[in-house]
Amino acid sequence: MDHLEQLESKSVHILREAYAAFGNLCMLWSIGKDSTVLLWLARKAFFGHVPFPLVHIDTHYKIPEMIEYRDRLAMEYHLYMVYGENREALDKKQTFPDGKTTRVECCRLLKTEALTNTLNGNWPRYRLDLSTGRYEVDTNKEAYTGVIVGVRSDEEGSRSKERYFSPRDNKNDWDLDDQPPEFWNQFKTTFAPGTHVRIHPLLDWTELNIWEYIDRENIPTVSLYYDQGDGKRYRSLGCAPCTGPIESRARNPREIVEELRNGALSNIAERSGRAQDKEDGGGLETLRRAGYM
Amino acid sequence: MEHEEIMNVVMVGHVDHGKSTVIGRLMADANALPEGKLELIRENCRRNSKPFEYAFLLDALKNEQAQGITIDTARCFFRTEKRRYILIDAPGHIEFLKNMVTGASRAEAAMLVIDASRGVEENTRRHGYFLSMLGIRQVAVLINKMDLADYRQSVFRDIQEEYSEFLEKIHIRPRAFLPVSGYEGDNIAGRSPRMPWYRGLTVLEQLDAFEALLPPSQQALRMPVQGVYKFTHAGDNRRIIAGTVETGGLKAGDAVVFYPSGKKTSVKTLERFNDDSQRPFECGEAAGFTMTDQIYVKRGELLCRQEETPPRTGVRLKANLFWLGKAPLEKGKHYLLKCGTAQVDMTLQQVDRVVNASDLSCFTRQRVERHEVAECILRLDSPMAFDLAGGAAATSRFVIVDNYEIAGGGIIMDCLAAEDYDAKNIRWAASSTGASERSALHGHPGMIVWMTGLSGSGKTTIADLAEQQLIAAGVSAYVLDGDKLRRGLNRDLGFSTPEREENIRRAAEVASLFEDAGTVTLVTLISPYERSRKLARSLSRRRFLEVYVKAGLNACRRRDPKGLYRKADQGLIRDFTGVDSPYEVPADPDLVLDTELWNEELCAETLVNFILSQLKK
Repeated sequence: MDHLEQLESKSVHILREAYAAFGNLCMLWSIGKDSTVLLWLARKAFFGHVPFPLVHIDTHYKIPEMIEYRDRLAMEYHLYMVYGENREALDKKQTFPDGKTTRVECCRLLKTEALTNTLNGNWPRYRLDLSTGRYEVDTNKEAYTGVIVGVRSDEEGSRSKERYFSPRDNKNDWDLDDQPPEFWNQFKTTFAPGTHVRIHPLLDWTELNIWEYIDRENIPTVSLYYDQGDGKRYRSLGCAPCTGPIESRARNPREIVEELRNGALSNIAERSGRAQDKEDGGGLETLRRAGYM
Repeated sequence: MEHEEIMNVVMVGHVDHGKSTVIGRLMADANALPEGKLELIRENCRRNSKPFEYAFLLDALKNEQAQGITIDTARCFFRTEKRRYILIDAPGHIEFLKNMVTGASRAEAAMLVIDASRGVEENTRRHGYFLSMLGIRQVAVLINKMDLADYRQSVFRDIQEEYSEFLEKIHIRPRAFLPVSGYEGDNIAGRSPRMPWYRGLTVLEQLDAFEALLPPSQQALRMPVQGVYKFTHAGDNRRIIAGTVETGGLKAGDAVVFYPSGKKTSVKTLERFNDDSQRPFECGEAAGFTMTDQIYVKRGELLCRQEETPPRTGVRLKANLFWLGKAPLEKGKHYLLKCGTAQVDMTLQQVDRVVNASDLSCFTRQRVERHEVAECILRLDSPMAFDLAGGAAATSRFVIVDNYEIAGGGIIMDCLAAEDYDAKNIRWAASSTGASERSALHGHPGMIVWMTGLSGSGKTTIADLAEQQLIAAGVSAYVLDGDKLRRGLNRDLGFSTPEREENIRRAAEVASLFEDAGTVTLVTLISPYERSRKLARSLSRRRFLEVYVKAGLNACRRRDPKGLYRKADQGLIRDFTGVDSPYEVPADPDLVLDTELWNEELCAETLVNFILSQLKK
């Protein structure tokens, strides 16, 4: 097996372990390249099916094409597609684009708060009705106890500290100093009531692996990642007001692989286009501790 | 895409020995950092009025920088011309040992960092021991902070000598010792002009010199079943058995069997998403298949091929384990044991010995505390399929879950019979051995236990203790001591090679008569030559155990209970084994008692248990 096949097998193994261990399992789908690869791997693990809900946190500041792409794929793959949001903050315009908060505070409200309350079932979840193509309030209000997330350890400092199965307590706290040991492919699949576990099947993947895999498997991705003729493309996708494109002429996955391999981007951090990171002292730690992905 | 080799290397060391600086320096000097990262840390340091240090590259978390210690397994990715690396930064602080174990367990090789100005400390030995327990055999030792030792070769040599001696005891033979300075960059990516006396590899070269492990594709098939999937509601009627092929391979038509249920069937189709090629599943691949028979199987069973070596199945395991839980492992409590995909309830039945990982001392206590290593007998509530250590890794290793947390891990050494026994209370049934009337009289057959080892290794002390314990357990035992024989029967013999051989021949003949008389005979003789030990074995009528009482020459010299080494050194005795006469280490002894690791009581107890188990056969 080559390196990509090894990564794929390990991720599939982890997905199957998660499916066996958690009755209330879901997968976060940010529409970005990493969690889209994760979705693809889930279809591999379960032979074309995705036997758990896909959860998207909609800040309503996402670039519109991302939402169109999300719903198109959800219909095509017959996904149990769910989104959640912070309705209150949006109604009160407590956001950075509205000029009422900092970037970091905006992230906390629209992403972290929305995520916490969507996962625990306190706030409404909206499920895509595959027959009508419209979102309805989901009748399932139970807390998800297992949450599959597409973080990679090479992305940024705090993410390199993650485990494949990483417990959060009921306040969503991540106790870095007391993480469970994980060895010999045996993971933390038992948990006390009131806690949940985050599962990270992509921990060992690098940005280059992701693009090599997208290229090899022909995985459909949002076109924002590619140069449309103006010499710019997005390397990392987030909310429109806080995400900027990079200078690049890569028009497809293969050209991005070339770009990454020949070192054109080696001196630029992957999330350099994400403004909120810079406000957080150079790491995502503050946001991550509070539950940010 | 061409095959790209990847290797996991764990970097282990005590908290203050400069491991993070070495890694930071390595990454920077090997140009493995995106510039943004370095700038970000420098900027942060400037803002907080702290001098920049290479260690900060890894200690990227604020929390950590505040504490000044690395608190979790962080992984760094980098690449040389040879291959890709994942460097696992394993923390050295005692509280975070469980994280170190996690990091180490993913690694194929290890680099152990020692501070040249501090030398070998308790933690350094502990780290070495855990690497050994985890089976990491490729170890290089970096003696760091050579700048603080004025780059002196003597400092390097002293630490190398002391640590080598320790590592040898735990069966680790380090590939190399490297004098380095992470702070100054000596011998990290480039050769240091400040240590011209060192001609070995740099850290970067040493990484490339480690050998990658071969995938165990040549072994028998082992595929722990992860799940049996049927997505009927989505219009899919396939019933798919899913799991990862840990060893061996799987193809359509294979006759297979599930353990422990023993159910047999054959492989109908191989299942892959979007791929109907039916190409065989390789070792390491996440697999799926349908069966020709509709048998009921479930997650936790072990898939094997019918014509290949079957796994063990049983409910009693002899295991080596390390304990990380805050609460001790103890009797009378229920735990969950996970091995492959099997999960079974278990209890601790017996602790044979506990090893203190810091000083490697051994003792017996029916409880295993945090950070201890122990040899135990575990009792499972229901049968499980597994392999013994040395077989497929995934099915010979297990973890123990206590109160939702993984609290320990271990390797399976043996599968024991289900019926309980207490070695101290064995009474042998007369009919069970089929032996002579003499044997019936004693309740057990005779046996020769041949104890070989250097003078001063502890043969006689252990034999005397074992004799007492055996007699207390109702076994007729007798120590045939080499010295006693030399004072009587063999007093005409000297110490030349032919006379030594004659000495041993006579001892073996006498032992053989004792054996025939139904006595468990413990013979204590240096018996330095392999061929004379073979002769002794050939004279045995039935049961002969070769026991190697192991202690290095230096240890025996230090002990010198009879003052013989001193006399030999003064030339008062000639042809003394180890001084001016060779000792041939037994190639394949039945039991090794390492008296440098274990005290005499423990050795005697181990020996008695071994003898009792052999008598029972």
